[in-house]
Amino acid sequence: MPTVFGTAIKRREDPRLITGRATYTDDIRLPGLVHAAILRSPHAHARIRSIDVEKARRAPGVVAAYTGRDLQGRIGTVPTAWLLPDSDLKTPPHPVLAVDRVRYVGDGVALVVADSPARARDALELIGVEYEPLPVVVNQEEAMQPGKPQLHGEAPKNVAFHWKAGNGASEAFQQAEVVVRHRFVNNRLIPNAMEPRSAVARYNPSSGEMTLWMTSQNPHIHRYLLSGILGIPEHKLRVVAPEVGGGFGSKIACYPDEALVAFAARELGVPVKWTEDRRESFIATTHGRDHIQDVELAGRKDGTITGLRATVHASMGAYVSTAAPGVPTILFGLMLQGAYRIPQIEVDVYGVFTNTTPTDAYRGAGRPEATFIVERLVDLFARQIGMDPAEVRRRNFIPANAFPYDTPTGLTYDSGDYATALDKLLEALDYPALRRRQEELRRQGRYLGVGFSTYVEICGLGPSQVAGAVGFQGGLWDSATLRVLPTGKVLVYTGTSPHGQGEETTFAQIVAEALGIPVEDVEVRHGDTGEVYMGWGTYGSRTTPVGGSAVARAAERVVEKARVFAAHMLEVAQDDLTFEEGRFQVKGAPGRSVSFQDVALQAHLAWNLPEGVEPSLEASAFYDPPNFCYPFGAHACVVEVDRDTGEVRLERYVAVDDCGRIINPLIVEGQVHGGVVQGIGQALWEGAVYDENGQLLTGSLMDYALPKARFFPEIETHHTETPAPHNPLGVKGVGETGTIASTPAVVNAVVDALAPFGVKHLETPLTPEKVWKAMQDGRR
Amino acid sequence: MNVEVPITVTVNGVEYSRHVEPRQLLVHFLRETLGLTGTHVGCDTSQCGACTVLLDGEAVKSCTVLAAQADGSQVTTVEGLEQDGMLHPIQEGFWEKHGLQCGFCTPGMLMVTQALLNRNPDPSDEEIREALEGNLCRCTGYQNIVRAVRRAAESMQERHAQVAAARGEEGA
Ligand code: FES
Ligand code: FES
Repeated sequence: MPTVFGTAIKRREDPRLITGRATYTDDIRLPGLVHAAILRSPHAHARIRSIDVEKARRAPGVVAAYTGRDLQGRIGTVPTAWLLPDSDLKTPPHPVLAVDRVRYVGDGVALVVADSPARARDALELIGVEYEPLPVVVNQEEAMQPGKPQLHGEAPKNVAFHWKAGNGASEAFQQAEVVVRHRFVNNRLIPNAMEPRSAVARYNPSSGEMTLWMTSQNPHIHRYLLSGILGIPEHKLRVVAPEVGGGFGSKIACYPDEALVAFAARELGVPVKWTEDRRESFIATTHGRDHIQDVELAGRKDGTITGLRATVHASMGAYVSTAAPGVPTILFGLMLQGAYRIPQIEVDVYGVFTNTTPTDAYRGAGRPEATFIVERLVDLFARQIGMDPAEVRRRNFIPANAFPYDTPTGLTYDSGDYATALDKLLEALDYPALRRRQEELRRQGRYLGVGFSTYVEICGLGPSQVAGAVGFQGGLWDSATLRVLPTGKVLVYTGTSPHGQGEETTFAQIVAEALGIPVEDVEVRHGDTGEVYMGWGTYGSRTTPVGGSAVARAAERVVEKARVFAAHMLEVAQDDLTFEEGRFQVKGAPGRSVSFQDVALQAHLAWNLPEGVEPSLEASAFYDPPNFCYPFGAHACVVEVDRDTGEVRLERYVAVDDCGRIINPLIVEGQVHGGVVQGIGQALWEGAVYDENGQLLTGSLMDYALPKARFFPEIETHHTETPAPHNPLGVKGVGETGTIASTPAVVNAVVDALAPFGVKHLETPLTPEKVWKAMQDGRR
Repeated sequence: MNVEVPITVTVNGVEYSRHVEPRQLLVHFLRETLGLTGTHVGCDTSQCGACTVLLDGEAVKSCTVLAAQADGSQVTTVEGLEQDGMLHPIQEGFWEKHGLQCGFCTPGMLMVTQALLNRNPDPSDEEIREALEGNLCRCTGYQNIVRAVRRAAESMQERHAQVAAARGEEGA
């Protein structure tokens, strides 16, 4: 039998998706279904004088209308689930509907339920709200200045938290031969999963059971948090994530909206559905990034980096969203050494309230913001000392023989070989030829640029003990149950909740490999708390390293028990059996063997079991990883900038990634493509823009530019494979690497192209206008 | 207020006569009235292309067409791509080349591919990328979608060649 591990088999998820037979949340139809719509504040900051829903209540088709006041005492507030220790984190109450004050455009103020989505929306227009506008602050640095509007009484100067890490860097800076200082703005992004958020709730009053279908990356976490908000005991609440059309972090958070839908279903005794439209999604679904970063790097003229310091103001938006405090701290601040041996690091982060949509995880969450700083600084440093940027990187890499490597911020990098990845990249690029071509073109007045990004990321979230130590209000282990049926077919239940990443296929490969059975004989189930006992979901590239490891462990246990049966069937000692390609075989007796399927049948018939052994063949595993995973790689981008228009043309994009062992190369490549393009989105086009009144000027797909097919060359992908030493599969994660690596690679390339104009840095997104202006202001 | 207009539309070869609100969009007619939920809604400004269907053979964004405008027309949705229970070569292409991840944009991508290959059976990669101009995908980075379309074009051409050869034999 050909080995399935490492094979690019087609995804088993696809047939239902390409035929239109898949069920996403908004596709769910139930008898008696009614529809909810949410009235959202048009003001970024205002006192609510009064809300009148009477007219809306009497509108055609309307079943009910609620204000924040109507809900008081009947439903809880929205919790924050990442409570940073050793910080002064404030989590002011976040009501599901604003009661007397709105704090961002999009804050919910009323809920209407009607017999059709259109009528529910019509009725919103009949709601009279009297607002008294208040002064607004949208910039996180300004928000900390005296005299600025205060969002929450409990957070003076709008500071949600102040957090520090590192081993102190003053010595490095005192002794530095070279210091590079810079301010970077990591601009705010809007995740824009193509499927808007949606929820459908059905309540059974006689049993007290609630079923909530929703667009979720982590249904068990949602059950846990919503159980608290709704006051429904956890065992009476079933959360189902059916097909989910992308998340990119935005479907991790616990929002008011899904709670409102469930509340209405219980209240009204009929099933209720709500689906946001894209415009609503722009203002009501969490945003990402949004840092102002003051950073400096200390080094020597020979290219050695000796220290790094960063002071960062991270916008939390108007409330502290579910995982928000962990993003600019644990996932960002602890990653500031990147791929380099930087002896001294110091980081200060302020989380700040502003009158904007709350921020939270967005693909990469924290690591892209960290990688951007490090990779831009390394380039600025290289330029200052007149050294090739690839060479500076190589000189500072943590060497391959230094792993496991303890960083100054307290992490332990598991394994890596950064120089090999860079070598592979330079070879693929034909780097010297590329530099010669750049020179030649410059002489012709054409501007080619090469940009690097050699990154490390932290993923495979993560050891539960560490989760506790850093204030994450949950565990980060994951579960798998394997149920072998009498015919030898296998059902796998995983606590992770993939939504496009293809783990139904990957996990089936893991099981098929372990049991030596055809991959078609394995079925993978996920995303339903009624079916899967427990799990912590899909984010932080944890699904395969953590969830997949649980699957591998459970499979091992199934084999162990099967061996007991097989030994009994063959009347030999267990040690006398080998298990290969799905058969238990008596050592040295080729004729005597039983197949896995034979064993499965006997385990269920139970006519003649070994003494003291229970029937059936089922095993569970609860896998808590001993460490995070640290994938790495080297990316490069080649661009040409149009002298006349400032347009950046992507000429080549080459990625060398190391995500440990590869289970399905097809899926890994797809993840890299998607990730790279998403990161390039930030580099070149994407950015949320608020005006000074807190109005989101980029509030629709007409104003917010998402990457399109024709902007890209083929992305060239390569891999090295350095197994994770600490999980049974040797896998790391790959869902976010592309996004983490690509933004600085592109910006470095554009800045490199513009070197003749004396340009040192440009803020993302690098719009043609910005690039053109930089050239005009430049030397030539 | 509640005036409804009668329409008759043929969707995937089946004729439906229904009364619709004049403001109802074709995408909602397909999804809600007919229960054909394969066509998706990803935006409300006609930017994303998730709702793309064929209207009398032309790719349209069904969120910009009123159901009433489709009166008397032929509509093909993703559910109508399969032929005799067999995947369409376009669907095969997307499956083989991993042209989808979450699958949400996919119905629109499949339909726009159909329209492209109808008018240009052998598009270059550049032409493919251009044809995808009105369709957004947040997951795949497009590269595998381009590969999928190319693969579909090849297999459709092979198929045509086979049919032509078979006809030629018959004629002889
Ligand atoms: S839903 Fe029609 S284009 Fe987006
Ligand atoms: S596959 Fe997810 S949006 Fe295209």
